[in-house]
Amino acid sequence: MPIVYPHKTEMPCRDPEVRRRSWDEVAEGYTVERAIAEARRCLNCQDPVCEQGCPVNVPIRDFVRSVAIGDFAGAAQTIRRRNLLPAICGRVCPVEHQCEARCVLVPRQDPVGIGRLERFVADWVREHGNGGESAAPDLWRDQKVGVVGSGPAGLTVASDLAQLGYEVTIFEALHAYGGVLRYGIPQYRLPKEIVDEDVEHLKALGVEFVRDVIIGKTVTIDQLIDDFGYSAVFVGTGAGSPIFMEIPGENLKGVYSANEFLTRVNLMHAFAFPEYDTPVRKPKRAAVIGAGDTAMDAVRCSIRLGAEEGHIVYRRSEQEKGARAEDYERARAEGVIFDWLTLPKRFLGDENGWVCGLECIRTELGEPDESGRRRPVPVPGSEFTMEADLAVIALGTNPNPLVPQTTDRLDVDGHGCIVADPQTGATSREGVFAGGDIVTGAATVILAMGAGRKAASAIHEYLQQRAAEKGTP
Amino acid sequence: MTIMDTTARIIEKRDLTDVTKLFVVHAPLVSRNAAPGQFVILRVTETGERVPISITNFDHEQGTITIVVQEVGRTSALVCALQVGDEFLDFAGPLGLEVPLPSEGHTVLIGGGFGTGAVFPLARELRSRGVRVSSIVGARTRELLILDDLLATESDEVHVCTNDGSVGYKGFVTGRLEELIDEGAGFTHCFAVGPMPMMRAVAETTRRRGLPAMVSLDPLMVDGTGMCGGCRVSIGGKSKFACVDGPFFDAHQVDFDVADDRMTTYKEQEDLACELAGVGR
Repeated sequence: MPIVYPHKTEMPCRDPEVRRRSWDEVAEGYTVERAIAEARRCLNCQDPVCEQGCPVNVPIRDFVRSVAIGDFAGAAQTIRRRNLLPAICGRVCPVEHQCEARCVLVPRQDPVGIGRLERFVADWVREHGNGGESAAPDLWRDQKVGVVGSGPAGLTVASDLAQLGYEVTIFEALHAYGGVLRYGIPQYRLPKEIVDEDVEHLKALGVEFVRDVIIGKTVTIDQLIDDFGYSAVFVGTGAGSPIFMEIPGENLKGVYSANEFLTRVNLMHAFAFPEYDTPVRKPKRAAVIGAGDTAMDAVRCSIRLGAEEGHIVYRRSEQEKGARAEDYERARAEGVIFDWLTLPKRFLGDENGWVCGLECIRTELGEPDESGRRRPVPVPGSEFTMEADLAVIALGTNPNPLVPQTTDRLDVDGHGCIVADPQTGATSREGVFAGGDIVTGAATVILAMGAGRKAASAIHEYLQQRAAEKGTP
Repeated sequence: MTIMDTTARIIEKRDLTDVTKLFVVHAPLVSRNAAPGQFVILRVTETGERVPISITNFDHEQGTITIVVQEVGRTSALVCALQVGDEFLDFAGPLGLEVPLPSEGHTVLIGGGFGTGAVFPLARELRSRGVRVSSIVGARTRELLILDDLLATESDEVHVCTNDGSVGYKGFVTGRLEELIDEGAGFTHCFAVGPMPMMRAVAETTRRRGLPAMVSLDPLMVDGTGMCGGCRVSIGGKSKFACVDGPFFDAHQVDFDVADDRMTTYKEQEDLACELAGVGR
């Protein structure tokens, strides 16, 4: 296995040969000794630029300093002032593009392992208690806020507003809470007990969770406000609509969107069929198209379902991949095969309508496109076929259209994203705020949390103003 | 202020056949916005599947949803075993689009097998719009014929068909449809819900006879909210999601080969689940 970080204190991972067939968590986390050793690498900069790289402005320097002196409860309290989901963020944040990218140790050394330390602190508190509890509100307000979607954006909004004393209800369309944390990110990367615990924390704060309610269908935004007495609504419904390739053979059996494949595995526990009732294709040779975080999740799940070979098929090169560095390295260690510069042209089917392969063409990189990445150009005559009895399309998602479709006067852009003020989350509808992937298109957990944080404070301001107009406290 | 009641409790259960049950479910929140053509997704155990079921009737005032479930697999067997007073673990909806119904003319509604339940809300809405409604109901044999009596309450006429001729017209619903067209019924629209071969036959017949037709597709589904794309169907050469773009589609644009074949994706696992659960298929 290649050494990615020669200076960072290593975080032990379970042996690749064992973990590639197991759903238990891959990364084991720091021990106390390792955490302190890593925290001592921090230079305690007077101007901690790392914090500017954090979408929720965690006081990184201060919490790392607490870790260095062994005050883990203090570190947890410091983190929790800005981030209520540290056990999740410490596992799934793309730190190499955020806080750690700003660390002054770079480029002479590896950055301080901020993500690993955040996870350590969160896990220490989960185990030992103390320091993680949020303060109960000092007053209760009679205004109700509805939060649509229980993903990272919605959880953050709910937590912030509940602490300010509002009555908050989270509406979830599915039967389990957490949004992408539940259906998208696999158990081996984010154990679901962590999501459960964070939901329980919010319930303890007084947040009401309602499942099986599809806002836009079961109840519309207008009905929430007019009939059910919600004074403000936050829409955090995510980028849940899968993009297909529109190439021949896409409707063959065994061709999945990453969303369907991961939902069957993570939300519905299809890996445990027939103990659980929902099935999924158990592959011998899986091909996952795309190279982002979701593609890594899908290919590593396919290996855990028993695939002898799991391939990533990507039309650009390793350099342009979107996946987090750690997960990419872990996928490699688990034996994932990377077919770079490869563009699928069609899915091939057998006589029973099952996918049995992909016809692909090689590409080379040309001029940069509008995304700034070099455009893949097919190489004439380089067509070839590869075998696959499972194909997963992980090329991204569009915003979920249900709320925009059913809410009058809610402006959306050309991609179907809700138009919202980046500073406040305010939409074209008074009292309706939005944030996370439904506004930005598919992004990250922490960016959604950052948007939720801003929206929560804007909602607070809006509701205080309304209360003042009405003359009630 | 309205209270948000998310429970779904069975208040009435009727045996329509040995394997087909009708449930009236008190589910006020789901009933609130229900419209003709929509469906619910339900779950009965913590380890269970999410299963889409067409809405057979809804009553906004009483807060009820009526569904018809036929025992064809493990989950439907679990549903059919539920009794009055039991609550569904999850009962989410209404999902899908309201079916676009005409406001004039003469509509023929076709229900095959337990699909007959799903055409009833269409009949009710059409009649309230003053549209003439003729219904054709089909089953293999007399004992399997369901809901023709219910449908009769909202139809100007009901035509019963059985494959074996044990009651009504002997033959397929499409045979009776052609007869009625030949007799000069003057149909302007057709909506059909039933087994895939029946809907395919309706599509072929109505295309040949120049009658606009819609069918309700019931592909495999997971979330039912447009998130997974597992329910994609090919409509006029384009992929559509039955859960958010349907379930009703223009019958003449449906690629029935794709729809049929995708239904068999988990046949092996379904057989195993039935065997383990002791459900005959």
